[in-house]
Amino acid sequence: MNKRLLALLSLLVIASMALAACGGGAPAAAAYECTDAIGCVTVAPGDPIHIAYALTVSGATASLGEDSKGAIEIAIADRGGELLGHPIELTGEDTLCSAEGGQAAGTKLSADATIVGIIGTNCSGEARAAMPLISQAGMVMISPSNTNPDLTNPDHPDSHPGYFRTAHNDLFQGRIAAEFAYNELGVRKAATIHDGSPYAESLQKVFADVFRELGGEVTAQEAINVGDTDMGPVLTTIAAGAPELIYFPIFEPEGPLVASKAKEISGLENAILMGADGLFADTFPETTGSAAVGMYLSGPYVDVNNSAYGEFLAKWADQIGGVPPSGFHAHAYDATNMLLNAIEQVAVVGEDGTVNIPRQALRDALYGLKGYAGLTGNLTCDANGDCATGEALGVFKLSQAEVDGAWPPPVFWQP
Amino acid sequence: MQSLKRFSWTDIFMWIVGATLLLLIVIGSTLTLQQGKYTTVQWFDLAVFGLAQGSVYALIALGYTLVYGILRMINFAHSEIFMSGAYLGYFVATSMQRNGFLQENPLLGIVLIFLTAMTTSAILAVILERIAYRPLRGAPRLVPLITAIGASFFLQYTFRGLFGTQNRAYPEIDYIRGAIPLFGDFQIQKIQLVVIIAAAVMMASLAFFVQYTKTGKAMRAVSEDKNVAALMGIDVDKIIVRTFVLGASLAGAAGVLYCFMFRIVTFYMGFIPGLKAFTAAVLGGIGNPPGAMLGGLFLGIFESLGPTLFLDGLGIPAPYQLKDVIAFTMLVMILIFRPTGILGERLSKTKA
Repeated sequence: MNKRLLALLSLLVIASMALAACGGGAPAAAAYECTDAIGCVTVAPGDPIHIAYALTVSGATASLGEDSKGAIEIAIADRGGELLGHPIELTGEDTLCSAEGGQAAGTKLSADATIVGIIGTNCSGEARAAMPLISQAGMVMISPSNTNPDLTNPDHPDSHPGYFRTAHNDLFQGRIAAEFAYNELGVRKAATIHDGSPYAESLQKVFADVFRELGGEVTAQEAINVGDTDMGPVLTTIAAGAPELIYFPIFEPEGPLVASKAKEISGLENAILMGADGLFADTFPETTGSAAVGMYLSGPYVDVNNSAYGEFLAKWADQIGGVPPSGFHAHAYDATNMLLNAIEQVAVVGEDGTVNIPRQALRDALYGLKGYAGLTGNLTCDANGDCATGEALGVFKLSQAEVDGAWPPPVFWQP
Repeated sequence: MQSLKRFSWTDIFMWIVGATLLLLIVIGSTLTLQQGKYTTVQWFDLAVFGLAQGSVYALIALGYTLVYGILRMINFAHSEIFMSGAYLGYFVATSMQRNGFLQENPLLGIVLIFLTAMTTSAILAVILERIAYRPLRGAPRLVPLITAIGASFFLQYTFRGLFGTQNRAYPEIDYIRGAIPLFGDFQIQKIQLVVIIAAAVMMASLAFFVQYTKTGKAMRAVSEDKNVAALMGIDVDKIIVRTFVLGASLAGAAGVLYCFMFRIVTFYMGFIPGLKAFTAAVLGGIGNPPGAMLGGLFLGIFESLGPTLFLDGLGIPAPYQLKDVIAFTMLVMILIFRPTGILGERLSKTKA
C-alpha cells in the first residue's frame, strides 16, 4: 500500500515539474523559432559566443599552430573580445599535425553543441580526419593553412560541406614552385621527396606533373616516413638520377634532416634545395644550420608595406611579443574575421539579448562571401570552400641571416 | 627422422612464407642489379650509411641484451636512457659552442660531451634500477616489464616537462664534418667514420670487459645462475647495478653518436631507435652480446640497402617508405629459420 502511494506521489511531482518547465520555456520559443535545416545555436543573455581552434600547438610543428593561434587571439581582441553584446569564448584542441590528432580533436569539438565555428586545422591530414565529424555536427571550419587540393575538390570524398580555407590550394602552390624552378632557375632535371602525408604527397605530385608539362624531367619521386632520421640512403638513390633540384615539401624534423644530409651526398653537393610552406618556420633554418643557406621555400607572403599588415604586426609585438613564428598568421586573422563577420550577419538577436545563430545560414553566408578585404588580399569564397586569393604566395630564399635567427626571410620571387 | 612427424601445418605454412620472401628478395635484387641504375660508389655509400646507423643500433641493443641476460627482463626504459644522454649532451655541446671552446679544442670538447652523456645515462639507470626494478626482483615476470614501460613514459614526459616539446639541434662541429676521399670516386663522411670506429672500439672493450675482468666474469656467472653465484661469494645486487651502468653508458654514447649524425634532439627521440635496437637484440639472439652487435649491424645495413636493392627492381614506387617493413620482414624471416636469433639465445637455465 505504502509503495503504491509513493509511486503516485513521485509521479505527481514529476508531472508538475514537467509542466513547470513547459510553462517557463514557452515564451522564449515564441520569440524565435529555429527553421534552419541543420539547427541553430542559441546563446542566452550573458553567455559567451563559443568558437574553437583546432591547431597543432605542441610538438615539432608547434610554430605553425602558435602562429595561427596568436592571429585568432588578435582578431578577437580587435573586437574587444565581444560580438553582438556577448563575450567571445575561444577554446581549442591540439591536433598534433597527425590524422590521429585530427580525429581526436574533431570528436571532441563536434560533441560540444555550443561551438559555432572552428578555425583550423593546420595540417591537411588533420582536416581529413576531423572534417567529417565537424561537418556532421553542422559547424563550419575555416582553415588558415590546409593546402591539400582534395579538401575542396567536390568530386573527392575528403570534401565536406561547411569547410572553407583562406590558405592557397596546392594545385596553385605546386604549379608556382614548378614554374619557378623551370623558368626562373632554369632547372631541367628535378627530384621530389614526400613523407606520405596528404599535404606532401599531393604537393610533390602537382609539382612533378607541372614540371613535366613544362618540358622538364623528373628523375625520382621518393618517399620517406615521418620519424625517419637517416636520409642518406634515400638521397643516395636520388643522386643516381643526378637531379639539379630536389623539391621536398615536408615538415620538421624530417625537412632539416634531408637538407643537411643532401649537402654531404656525392652528386648532390650542388643540387638546389627547395621546400614549401610546411617548412616555412623560423625553427627550420636554425635546426638545419649551414645547409639551409641558399635554399628556396615557397610560402605564404603578405606585402610588408601593406599598412593593415603593419598594424597587425604591431599588435602581435604588443599582445604576444616578437614576430609571428610561421607564415599563416595573416590567413588565420582573415579566417577569424570572416567567421565573426558571418556570425554577425546571420545571427538573430532577440529582445532580451538572446542570440540565435542558424547553422546552414552561416555556411551559406560564407559560401557567398565576395570581395572581403583581408590581410591576404580580397577574399571571395567559391562553392567548394576555397577562399584564398592566390596573391599571397611567394618564393623565399634563405641566407646565413635566417640561420642566425632572423625571420622572416626576404621574398625572392613572386608569380 | 623422428622430428619429421612433428611438422605441423603451421610449420609448413611458415616455411612457405619464408621461401616466398626469399624468392622475392632474390628476384628483386637481380632485377635491380641488371638495371645498372646505381654505380658501385652509390652502393658503397649505402652500405656505409647502413653500417653507421647499425653501429648505433648495436650500441643500444647491447644494453637490452646485457640486462636481459642477467634479469630476464626487457628494460623498455632503455630507449629513454639513450635519449637522456643525448639531451644532456646537447646542453653541454651548445654551451661549449657558444663560448668558443668547441671550436678551439674540438677533441676535448667531444670527449666532454661523451662523458656528460654517458654519466647522465648511467646515473639515471642506477636510479631506475634502485627505485623501479630492484623492489620487484621476486615478482612475476610481467610486473617488471610493465614497470619498465611506465618508467619509459615517466622519463619521456619528465623531459618534455623540463625542456619542452620543440626540436633542438646539436651544433655543427666542423672538426668532424666533411668527407675523406678514399680511392677513385669513393669517399666516406668523417662523421660516419667516427661513429663506426667509436662504436667498434666500445664494443671491443665491452667484449674484453665481459670476458677477462673480474666483474665481467661475475656478470657471466650471475647470468648463468644467480643462486650459485651468490653462494660463490658474488654480490649479485652489485653486479646487476654494474650491468645497468655498463648498458646505460653505451646507450649514452650511442645517443651522442646519433646526434652527431642527425643533430636533432627531442624528448621522444628514443622511441624509434630503441624499438629498432630491441629488434636488433632479438635478431641476434637476446641475452647474447655478440648477437646484439651483429643484429644491430644487420638491421642497419638491411634498412639502408634493402629498399633499393630488393624493391627498386620490382618497380615499386618510392621504396624508402617501406624501409621499416623490410627491417621487420627480415626479423620475421630470420626468426622463421632460426627461432632463437642469428647467434642463438644465451640464457641461464634457471629462471630468475
